[in-house]
Amino acid sequence: MRTALVLLFLLALAAVPGSVLPQRSVNIEDVNAYFAAHPDLAPVLDRLWAFDVFTSPWFSAIYLLLFTSLVGCVVPRLADHVRTLRSAPPDAPRRMERLPQHAEGLVVRGGPQALAAALRRRRWRVAVRGSTIAAEKGYLKETGNLLFHFALIGVLVGVAVGSWYGWHGNRLLVAGPDGAFCSSVQQFDEHGLGPRVSPGDLARFWFCLELTDFEASFLDNGQPVSYAAHVTVTGPAARRQGPATFSVNSPLRLDRANVYLLGHGYAPILRYTDREGRAQTTTAPFLPSDDLLTSEGVAAFPDVNGHDRALQMAFEGLYLPTAPENGPFVRSLHPEERSPALMLIAYRGNLGLDAGIPQSVYKLNRRQIETGRLVQVGDAKLLRVGETWTLDDGTTLEFLGTKRWVALSVRYDPGEPIVLVSVVLLLAGLVLTLTGRRRRVWFRPVGTGGADGDVYEAGGLPRGDYPGFAEEFAALVRDVTDGREARDVREVGRAG
Amino acid sequence: MAALSDQLLVVAILGYLAAMLLAAAAYAFGGRGAVARAARPARERELVGAALAGRREGTARDRVPEAPATGSSQPAAGGARTGWLGPATVGVFALAALAHLATAVTRGLAAGRMPWGNMYEYVLSVTLVGAVAWLALVLRRPALRHLGLYVALVLALLLGLTGMVLYVEVSPLVPALNSYWFIVHVSAATLASGTLLVGFVAAALFLLRSRYENGKLPPHSLARRLPAADTLEALAFRLHAFAFPIWTFAIAAGAIWAEAAWGRYWGWDPKETWAFISWVVYAGYLHARLTPSVKRNVAAWIAVVGWLTMMMNLFGVNIFFEGLHSYAGV
Repeated sequence: MRTALVLLFLLALAAVPGSVLPQRSVNIEDVNAYFAAHPDLAPVLDRLWAFDVFTSPWFSAIYLLLFTSLVGCVVPRLADHVRTLRSAPPDAPRRMERLPQHAEGLVVRGGPQALAAALRRRRWRVAVRGSTIAAEKGYLKETGNLLFHFALIGVLVGVAVGSWYGWHGNRLLVAGPDGAFCSSVQQFDEHGLGPRVSPGDLARFWFCLELTDFEASFLDNGQPVSYAAHVTVTGPAARRQGPATFSVNSPLRLDRANVYLLGHGYAPILRYTDREGRAQTTTAPFLPSDDLLTSEGVAAFPDVNGHDRALQMAFEGLYLPTAPENGPFVRSLHPEERSPALMLIAYRGNLGLDAGIPQSVYKLNRRQIETGRLVQVGDAKLLRVGETWTLDDGTTLEFLGTKRWVALSVRYDPGEPIVLVSVVLLLAGLVLTLTGRRRRVWFRPVGTGGADGDVYEAGGLPRGDYPGFAEEFAALVRDVTDGREARDVREVGRAG
Repeated sequence: MAALSDQLLVVAILGYLAAMLLAAAAYAFGGRGAVARAARPARERELVGAALAGRREGTARDRVPEAPATGSSQPAAGGARTGWLGPATVGVFALAALAHLATAVTRGLAAGRMPWGNMYEYVLSVTLVGAVAWLALVLRRPALRHLGLYVALVLALLLGLTGMVLYVEVSPLVPALNSYWFIVHVSAATLASGTLLVGFVAAALFLLRSRYENGKLPPHSLARRLPAADTLEALAFRLHAFAFPIWTFAIAAGAIWAEAAWGRYWGWDPKETWAFISWVVYAGYLHARLTPSVKRNVAAWIAVVGWLTMMMNLFGVNIFFEGLHSYAGV
């Protein structure tokens, strides 16, 4: 028991760094930011798994030890409890007046069998030995306790199943048929598969989604009121085909995987006409940087100007759904598109896309700018919808409008039902064990009261803390016997 | 309605402060108060004894030795004039709790939803549960009345703090909170936290009282007027045993909601992490309490640590860490 207590405290203590330090499983960007802010400390912490606390060997060691101690404790107790349940309540102590509760001179008319029946009606477990009666109640306390502890093991099993056989994929989905995606590993922006899941296994979940519309409403102060994503579902593994709507708090539940709405934003549509007069259009999702949907992003045009790598073009900057009348144009005033505008800086040069290094599509490669391979062209420019920006070399950029996008998470967790059932059992066990009270009573004849019946004495023993036992014992004795003997009846001495 | 709610908050805080002052006055001047007892040495007892003896003169010469005992169990002459202080404390506390309730109700009416959509409203509700739990307790056991001093102090502090630091204007729910799990999860968490608040007060007073009973000097002699250590300890255990399953349910309901809102039932968000820490610490408390070999004051210290983790979760997590439970300002 003490071991369990120490391990419980270690577990609580070990979880603290998981809330103080950024965690990879929670927010990878925060971890990267921490590395940037503390270049000396972060690698040391990282070696101690400080950014993966909840999957770290030391955290796992604590909870595995805790569960080992738990199993070692509850399995013998289960055996004991089963034995107790199958055996009769123990014999009465020789001197009942030494028990915490004791009553004398009780008249019982119907004999021990009637007394036993009365106790059984009150759901006591009764053993009749000769004319002595032993009764016990409150077995559910231990049953609940064991149920609670076994349910804890169930929770752990459910979590383990979920992390082994579950998977998730995240995807930024731009509205319209061009943006549609299907649930394969290649088409997720980011994914995580459990150790027992291979990319091919996702074929069992195959479905495709197209965002047809996204509605959001806001208060005047910019606080969101409601979101609704309208999609079209297709694909063999989708039981629900056709249009569907989902939102925050009401995910799209497909056969197995669920689709969750995690975020939304705007994707400006930009048309660039190069030196040869050829136009290219791109839809570039911009990521919100505040609650009013001031968004940051980049529109890149790598295959322009005769595919000259030194003449690649990119436009980086801000999108403001509601831009102010006058500058500075750094913050949106409202998340709705009331006066949309782009604030962009043009860059010309090598975008550095061919190096084979994965990089963000929402930011330009800073190294290319620092090394002078990518050069800013002119000053920042404000573009409202429909406006055209003519650059120094005669090429133009036209702001055609925007599309909505949503950030989706697709998840499959087969451990969820196990965890849910376990938690329900855990709660049931907890309530039983905290409210249950085990106690024993005994009745033993001490003489005869003549025509009235036999005279008994009774004793009661609460096992564990039970402040109300005296009242219960008194009420029980009053209810199952036929009153007290008259004062003048002579005690005959102990029988049996 | 929103302005009314804000004014009622001030009334509630002043009410709790008044209840606190009355409790302090009852402590100092009440018939059963410490000061009265200290100031009532031989003289009054003699008077009472003499009065009783005089009334029964002739018939009960032999009963005189009992008289001082009889006298000390009744309010002394000085106490009779201030005997209304104790009930008045409870009355004023009840009025303050009523203003507190009205603050929460008007706030909810103004917003058109349950009044726990942001930190300010949440603390408002948790403290309300604490106040109601205390009232229920003190009506069943008037002997605990003077402990209202501490309860009212904690409530006034928490309410004042939330009114000054966490206050935000009334606004409807953000979409993330727009779910029926909002009511289930938050009401369970509120009920559990409010009960644990009172449980914490009982555990802390038990620690004070048990040290006093073991002969420790000031500041433990503050505990002279507290109920017996065993009573306080049993009370603390009962409150925790009541609150722990509700806290467990609150976490479970939160996990079910998290599955619907964020796609996973558990993600080690800072709030979740601290809820887990509190759960583990309180499980440790119950474990320690039910293990005969662990001393009761060790268990009580665990309960105190448990409440510290609850406070960390209530204030610290929302202020220091950025997580998914950050809504509407704080």
